[in-house]
Amino acid sequence: MSAEPNSYRTGPDEFGHFGIFGGRYVAETLMPLILEVEKAYEAAKADPSFQAELDEFLKHYVGRPSPLYFAERLTEHYGGAKIYFKRDELNHTGAHKINNCMGQILLARRMGKKRIIAETGAGQHGVATATVCARFGLECVVYMGAPDIERQAPFVFRMKLLGAKVVPVTSGTATLKDAMNDALRDWVSNVDDTYYLIGTVAGPHPYPAMVRDFQSVIGVETREQMMAAEGRLPDSLVACIGGGSNAMGLFYPFLDDKDVRIIGVEAAGHGLESGQHAASLTGGRPGVLHGNRTYLLQDDDGQIIDAHSISAGLDYPGIGPEHSWLNDSGRVEYVSVTDDEALDCFQLCSRLEGIIPALEPSHALAHVGKIAPELPADHLMVMNMCGRGDKDVFTVADALGVKL
Amino acid sequence: MSRGTTSGRVEARFATLRKEGRAAFVPFIMAADPDYATSLEILKGLPAAGADMIEIGVMYSDPMADGPAIQAAGLRAKAGGARVTRTLEMVRAFRAEDQDTPIILMGYYNPIYIYGVEKFLTDAREAGVDGLIVVDLPPEEDSELCLPALDAGMHFIRLATPTTDDIRLPAVLANTSGFVYYVAVAGITGTKSADTGTIHAAVDRLKRHTDLPVAVGFGIKTPQQAGAVAEVADAAVVGSAIVQTIADNLDADGKALPGLVEKVLNFTRELSSGVRNATRQAAE
Repeated sequence: MSAEPNSYRTGPDEFGHFGIFGGRYVAETLMPLILEVEKAYEAAKADPSFQAELDEFLKHYVGRPSPLYFAERLTEHYGGAKIYFKRDELNHTGAHKINNCMGQILLARRMGKKRIIAETGAGQHGVATATVCARFGLECVVYMGAPDIERQAPFVFRMKLLGAKVVPVTSGTATLKDAMNDALRDWVSNVDDTYYLIGTVAGPHPYPAMVRDFQSVIGVETREQMMAAEGRLPDSLVACIGGGSNAMGLFYPFLDDKDVRIIGVEAAGHGLESGQHAASLTGGRPGVLHGNRTYLLQDDDGQIIDAHSISAGLDYPGIGPEHSWLNDSGRVEYVSVTDDEALDCFQLCSRLEGIIPALEPSHALAHVGKIAPELPADHLMVMNMCGRGDKDVFTVADALGVKL
Repeated sequence: MSRGTTSGRVEARFATLRKEGRAAFVPFIMAADPDYATSLEILKGLPAAGADMIEIGVMYSDPMADGPAIQAAGLRAKAGGARVTRTLEMVRAFRAEDQDTPIILMGYYNPIYIYGVEKFLTDAREAGVDGLIVVDLPPEEDSELCLPALDAGMHFIRLATPTTDDIRLPAVLANTSGFVYYVAVAGITGTKSADTGTIHAAVDRLKRHTDLPVAVGFGIKTPQQAGAVAEVADAAVVGSAIVQTIADNLDADGKALPGLVEKVLNFTRELSSGVRNATRQAAE
């Protein structure tokens, strides 16, 4: 790889590239639309009143800042590094997804859009989108794979309560990636009034950078809170990665702090060797999907392969392009954790800390459990508790053979 | 920018049609739909059924610009063993018998990227492919495939759409070669249809910016619609309605029923008649 850059925080370039990753690989019909989003976002970013409005809603509606919590009993349990949780599971709607939705909905309003579309896998982003649409009185249409609608009935009902229309996706393999395809097809067909609210740091430029910016509140708060708690920066950061928005949000403000070790945790499903996993970086290779070049799970003919993870939120065959770049440049370490390892930590954290974590951060926690015991007691580690596990109780009960 | 010598088939075909005073009829089929042998038989029959040029779909798992009919065709093709290598093999088999009908491959970038751009251009040219339509490569990504293709003498046919405004249009047309493909509706394939007046105005607008022939596709389903488009454009493309005819002639296991090929070719003949009987309005 090329020499170390002066800063890891300058990307993307004006074409939306992070090194060879990112870009704008979309149909011509969409091109003017994403240029419009880019222009509107650049203008909003430069407008102090936009940030002020966003800050107000983050404080009073989302409930920010989220606490930085010293997980004392887990720290004792592992007997090594001092473990902190960034408590983004305490946000309104129960995960980090709302940070991005709040930013984008304010942008959509500035742009005068009346109709919001979104894709969702497990339903977390769908609920967050439906929530902000309800708050601002905008029409909301959520695309969701038909099997996911079956599996995640409570989430579907929540979206409907919030006034959203949930459209079952049966195209392709009817998974999250197909929900994203159908959302893009909707956008191509409704170009005048519709805004596509993408839920992760993927999609065509400017989405990966914009979603990262909106999620960066996580890392910005963590810096301040750690300085207040310990008088210095953390030594390491750990976050789980599906598309990678919670991880980008935590990592981004620390990328140029060379002494901060940064680790992203992908979902290894049944194990990398099983072929049934969602680890795009460790088990995939670069390709082009959903408007950007990034690491993808695919076969030798360039056909996308379905991902597998017990965590529906990590079940995506790609990863945000900036993560691909951070991987190849070596700034961030990427590892993977299996379904079983995540399940163990889901239970451990519930018992030791009284916090039922979502299955997604349970992956991050499983990696914390692997490295924390080997680290000294003065090593400060922050794990992003990016979602709460209430949504996962049925899945976990099922996996443990418990009938509810 | 350098441009390599093309096969010349696209230019020759449009020149001939201009002399005949009519538009081209361009059918689309998905390679290996519903299986390789049936698909090749359809392909070989298309010129005699009135195809002036042929678009062959390269299967991709995530066709974000396609509607239900072509998505389903892609899934059938995958089951039928579609791969980039097989698609090129099909073109090679066709070229053994037909040296004149232009073949345009249409699809998405990833399978080509994974095949390897340089190798793909070499192999496609050798197989007898004349041009490419790659849906998810706008001018902003020209360095990926468009410029290497032009270098290699492969036409790179760009899509212009109802959302392409006058400011953007010159950039869209700059590196287009062979012809321009006007997407008649803001939407996906095989769903909405545009009215003739709108299409006429759109083609006129394109003609003010380019001397290249203008083909029109998306939402053209019947011989009448094809004929109406042929009155104002240089080519009419029909895809979804043709692959739907394939879908309608399969058994419960997705295997071709007897007579499928003839039914598809008969429908193609009707579409082609619609184009041939059209009275041209387009000012050259």
